[in-house]
Amino acid sequence: MIVYVIIFSILSILLIASAIYAVVQKDLLIAVISTGVISLILSVFFYLMHAPDVALTEAAIGIALTTIIFVITIRNTTRNEDESIDNNLDKF
Amino acid sequence: MYNLELQNNLITTSVYGSAIALILIGLYAVLVKKNLIKIVIGLSIIDAGIHLLFVAIGYIKGFTAPIFSPGSENLANKMVDPVPQALVLTAIVIGFATTAVALSLVIRLYKHHNTARIDQIKSLKW
Amino acid sequence: MRKVFVIILLILVGYFLTNTFSLITFGENRIGNTSEEKNVAAYYLNNTKEKTSVANVVTAIVVNYRGFDTLGEVTVLFLATTGLGSILFRRKEDEDQIERISKPSSSLVQTGSRILFPLIALLGIYVFIHGHLTPGGGFQGGAIIATGFLLMLISYKNFKAGHTMLIWVESLAGITFVTIGLWGLLTSGSFLENTLPGGELNNLISGGIIPIIYIAVGFKVAAELTGVLDILLNIKPKK
Repeated sequence: MIVYVIIFSILSILLIASAIYAVVQKDLLIAVISTGVISLILSVFFYLMHAPDVALTEAAIGIALTTIIFVITIRNTTRNEDESIDNNLDKF
Repeated sequence: MYNLELQNNLITTSVYGSAIALILIGLYAVLVKKNLIKIVIGLSIIDAGIHLLFVAIGYIKGFTAPIFSPGSENLANKMVDPVPQALVLTAIVIGFATTAVALSLVIRLYKHHNTARIDQIKSLKW
Repeated sequence: MRKVFVIILLILVGYFLTNTFSLITFGENRIGNTSEEKNVAAYYLNNTKEKTSVANVVTAIVVNYRGFDTLGEVTVLFLATTGLGSILFRRKEDEDQIERISKPSSSLVQTGSRILFPLIALLGIYVFIHGHLTPGGGFQGGAIIATGFLLMLISYKNFKAGHTMLIWVESLAGITFVTIGLWGLLTSGSFLENTLPGGELNNLISGGIIPIIYIAVGFKVAAELTGVLDILLNIKPKK
């Protein structure tokens, strides 16, 4: 029981921290990777709450596919959130 | 720390609290940010929070996953609620489809206006 | 000014959400005794084993009790793929100069993905064939197979996910789903009625029509997600 309390508290702190980082970060590529971290922690949450089906779906779709379509979009648009600074970041 | 009620409260706060925090953070990104990709990221964060909330409502303490395995066929009384799980399963896949369509619209908009910021798009004609 | 309004709004939304969810105790038993069948969850848990002989109750709900919902869901996925293709439309002449990846990947990535691709596809097929026995099913297996295709698409320049093949797989899977549903309607009077014999619980061949439909859903989801990734990867990059 005490183990569950510690795991849930640490995971929820990590979840909120990565969500805030995804919103605040100016480099969109780092923000997208941070969104992937949210999905990863969420999938652990689902597993701990006895929903293995949902955990598997979140792992396959939320972590892999959603992240890659965001990365493809950034490749075709821009990597800076403000678009005012130099475009050296854009080449990847 | 070994108090049982305090432990229960901590788990409740961490699950419901992080779900509500995700919804609020996503809403903030949608309302304040100007970059379209940031707005779509905010929408997917709201999605994640709502999925967590749904599964948390179906959870029952001390029960097992809703799968009959050999040797535990008579445990139908000891299983968590399967209905929210089925709904969330559907919602995750649909969420991926809507995110893909939204991002393709962002790409299209960027090609026309050469910007992905909504405050710099001057003309409304495509 | 705008931020002040947004923060006031967020505080209001957070206050009402917290108030609402303080009424719902986390981890409380809301189903009650399953044999009394007071609510829909109790009905599903009580009847799945005898009526459908499927081990995974979530699969029974997704494919059988709420099968019509799933049919609508795969239709939405199909519409999303079509919409993506029409939004990012490209002319036939541009087809030759597609630059999916600007530089060829290193041989390490190429060899690694060539070894991993059959294993990933095998895992996906395992997940959706055993969807009625273990966690997993058509949606998860399809997404795993699409991940394998993604690995090949980004590491090989001339690997093509044939569009005719994708369209055929998708259409055949959709037609299988609808045909099984209509057959149930004709023989037993309700759409997606489980007409085949149930078999023994926890056997691979059990559950009547449920494994067949989930395999069809798996192929359909794999084809659709691969189509989405292929369309998005083939956009002409900026100069």
